[in-house]
Amino acid sequence: MTYIAKPKFHHPGLKKNDLGYTHRDYEGKISTLCAGCGHDSITASIIEACFELSIEPHRVAKISGIGCSSKTPDYFLGNSHGFNSVHGRMPSVLTGANLANRDLIYLGVSGDGDSASIGFGQFAHSIRRGVNMTYIVENNGVYGLTKGQFSATADRGSKSKKGVMNTDNAIDLVAIALQLGASFVARSFSGDKTQLVPLIAAAIRHKGASFIDVISPCIAFNNHAGSTKSFDYVREHNDAVNRLDVLTGRDPITVDYSPGTVQVVEQHDGTRLALRKIDADYDASDRLAAMTFLQKHAAKGQVVTGLLYVDPDAEDLHTHLDTVETPLNKLEAEDLCPGSAALEKINASLR
Amino acid sequence: MKPTDISAPDYFHKVVDCQWACPAHTPVPEYIRLIAEGRYSDAYMINWKSNVFPGILGRTCDRPCEPACRRGRVEENPVAICRLKRVAADFKDDIRLRLPKPVAKNGKRIALVGGGPASLTVARDLAPLGYHCTVFDSDPKAGGMMRSQIPKFRLPDTVIDEETGYILGLGVEFKAGHRIDSLKKLLAENYDAIFIGSGAPRGRELDIPGRKEAAANIHIGIEWLASVSFGHVEKIGRRVIVLGGGNTAMDCCRTARRLGGADVKVIVRSGFDEMKASPWEKEDAIHEDIPILNYMVPIAFKHVAGKLIGVTFQKVKAEYDAKGRRNLVPSGEPDQTIPCDDVLVAVGQENAFPWIERDCGIEFDKWNMPQVDPKTFVSTNPKVFFGGDAAFGPKNIIWAVAHGHDAALSIHKMLSGEDINDRPLPEVQVTSQKMGIHEWSYDNDISGDKRFKVPHRDKVIALKDIKAEVELGYDVKLALGEAQRCLNCDVQTVFSAPACIECDACVDICPMDCITFTENGEEADLRQRLKAPSPHHDQALYVAEGLKTGRVMVKDEDVCLHCGLCAERCPTGAWDMQKYLIDMTHAGSTCPTKARSAA
Repeated sequence: MTYIAKPKFHHPGLKKNDLGYTHRDYEGKISTLCAGCGHDSITASIIEACFELSIEPHRVAKISGIGCSSKTPDYFLGNSHGFNSVHGRMPSVLTGANLANRDLIYLGVSGDGDSASIGFGQFAHSIRRGVNMTYIVENNGVYGLTKGQFSATADRGSKSKKGVMNTDNAIDLVAIALQLGASFVARSFSGDKTQLVPLIAAAIRHKGASFIDVISPCIAFNNHAGSTKSFDYVREHNDAVNRLDVLTGRDPITVDYSPGTVQVVEQHDGTRLALRKIDADYDASDRLAAMTFLQKHAAKGQVVTGLLYVDPDAEDLHTHLDTVETPLNKLEAEDLCPGSAALEKINASLR
Repeated sequence: MKPTDISAPDYFHKVVDCQWACPAHTPVPEYIRLIAEGRYSDAYMINWKSNVFPGILGRTCDRPCEPACRRGRVEENPVAICRLKRVAADFKDDIRLRLPKPVAKNGKRIALVGGGPASLTVARDLAPLGYHCTVFDSDPKAGGMMRSQIPKFRLPDTVIDEETGYILGLGVEFKAGHRIDSLKKLLAENYDAIFIGSGAPRGRELDIPGRKEAAANIHIGIEWLASVSFGHVEKIGRRVIVLGGGNTAMDCCRTARRLGGADVKVIVRSGFDEMKASPWEKEDAIHEDIPILNYMVPIAFKHVAGKLIGVTFQKVKAEYDAKGRRNLVPSGEPDQTIPCDDVLVAVGQENAFPWIERDCGIEFDKWNMPQVDPKTFVSTNPKVFFGGDAAFGPKNIIWAVAHGHDAALSIHKMLSGEDINDRPLPEVQVTSQKMGIHEWSYDNDISGDKRFKVPHRDKVIALKDIKAEVELGYDVKLALGEAQRCLNCDVQTVFSAPACIECDACVDICPMDCITFTENGEEADLRQRLKAPSPHHDQALYVAEGLKTGRVMVKDEDVCLHCGLCAERCPTGAWDMQKYLIDMTHAGSTCPTKARSAA
């Protein structure tokens, strides 16, 4: 753990976004995680994505559960709303907050223990309901806080630091998210920010349940030979299906792609996602094909990354429930208590 | 780009911008850390070794280090390096026991012409090696221009006495009031070597109409300052015009304010920003109610019956030609005559060697300057060396000291029968500062304080007494605050590619976005692809290859805070903070060790 505060000085030529902020303005406190933790790179990627999208920090609610990953919201967006909830309960808290105020951007940060073990059910239901959120799992395959036991996402056959073989089958959160109807599903790697940052930006701009599984090596307990979540293993077996550019409203598509290799997906809010295909056969709009592709490559020991599935016209929980558009804290007394005439009308409709 | 060879002594030296910029290469961060620890005597001795006159330079140095200071690229102001040097001098204990002990003479005799900083440095370096050094000076005390030209309110005599005394106390013979009128005669005295450090003693004339007629009230700046210094001049007229925009002009105008000049003006040909005077000297003059008027060229001294009544100026403006050179052209405004009682002319200094006969083996160039080797400082007579202003024209004290060190090395090598062109490399030490997982043997917490102001004596009191030092110097508390602003640029970030697992931890934590992992390329291309812009191409890129992904690590040294967070957040120790100390080669340095790789 670093004891000094990160110096306030920043590079004098640092880029500023539309709000006049530098990326340093999106930082939080200095990380207390182990040196080299993949989670810190995800933190940096979230900072970068929010900076690039010129997000006003007070428009974001970051919510987490328990675990190394769930500590990270303290390290980014120091001026945003935050809720560090009970273990595995991030999805419920997030769902509740979202229902109460749909105007905020919801960032759920969780880990493999928090989402695939104790909070597995919570994870499933928030995805199933289509809560408008960005759900990031910082996935290292071990319980780092309790010294490196296998977590539920550890691959069968992978080895612990002490050399013990994992005999249980792994939960593939991406496969589950696809199966449960998430409308934006991606996988990435903490060691590849060029891939991760646009994925986070696109997910934030996506309306509906966005899920990103980020493989994030645990330096202390899961970065050895025999691990399938180490820097070396993921770099060797990374099978990226596409590269993403996020184009907000004004930006024209100027990137020079050869024809037929780029797929432009326009999201609900006008954001365009330019998907440069790396795997020519991969179609990110076909959920079923995505699931098959994933299973086939997982069987070969490959780690499929990139934007795996996106439904740009997805609906979210508020649409399903037909809730009021105004955040609850902005509803006045007359909205909440519309009077006896309105009551009569409701009663009449139920008779 | 090719991977950086960090074992080349100059690579890390350049990263320590202040030390690199200092002509004498004083290890600035090292002595500033000692000041922060309260080890003033140790800090003083480091300075004494490098620049010989810490107390004097701590008040008067031209400070090439400060514009170079990295802090100035990170925030508004550099560290007050110069005034911290004074702190070491002010608060040190008696250091006389730490000075070299007089040794048995080796029988070789050196004559040094002029008792200023260059000659005294040569004597300081050679006397402890057993040379019999004789310094000749026409003034009664040692110090040269430091004593005669710098006003006492900037540099008290006690400081000069102390620091010249340390050198003369090494067994150096000082012949006061002994002007050398003939080099030939001196050569005939069979010294083993002669060093000429006689300065640039002649003030430049301003030959415009009325100069002769009004001569009684027109004074050459440096001569007038010397007369003031030795007590020959004690007053000046009420209205004084100082012509010239250098540091001598600033000393003249401030001195005039103290000798009865109530209305003192500095009038300069060029614009304010192009003036040669250091910014802080201009500030001090303005603070003493001295206006500086720019773009005015003196064209005539006005006089009535042999008495100066004013100076007429032509107004000019700056125009730049296609090559960007500045020309001063008449602005078309009417000429202006400014009334005055006295004029001080401080428009430059010149060398003068009337005492060097042109047939004693010393070649002169077309500007009437001796031909001097810029590395060894030898003239065309192998026994005669030059240094300081006498070598290459007017510069400043710290350059004179640097010349002195190099000339002393040449003299020592020559008299040891070695080739003076063979200059030994400096000795370099690189030592890890790691004490624990996140513990370093230097304070890596970066202070956010702005530059602390040096307390000044009250203006009313200061202007009444020409000997009252204006700057009071930092007290211990201010000195500590200012010392903490130093970024410890000599504690280097050293990268070991084989240990790196490319986890990006250093990239993420670096507060200045200095570090980038990317594909290699040519320098111009790489500079475009860094995480943050790279505006200063004179600042090195540290490139390391040998990473598993085939990329390179590129660190832009430009604005690195040396906070060590990259090393703290590195899980494998691929980054380390290592202190780089370079020991410049002086006369008598032992031969440096061959191994010079980073620790």
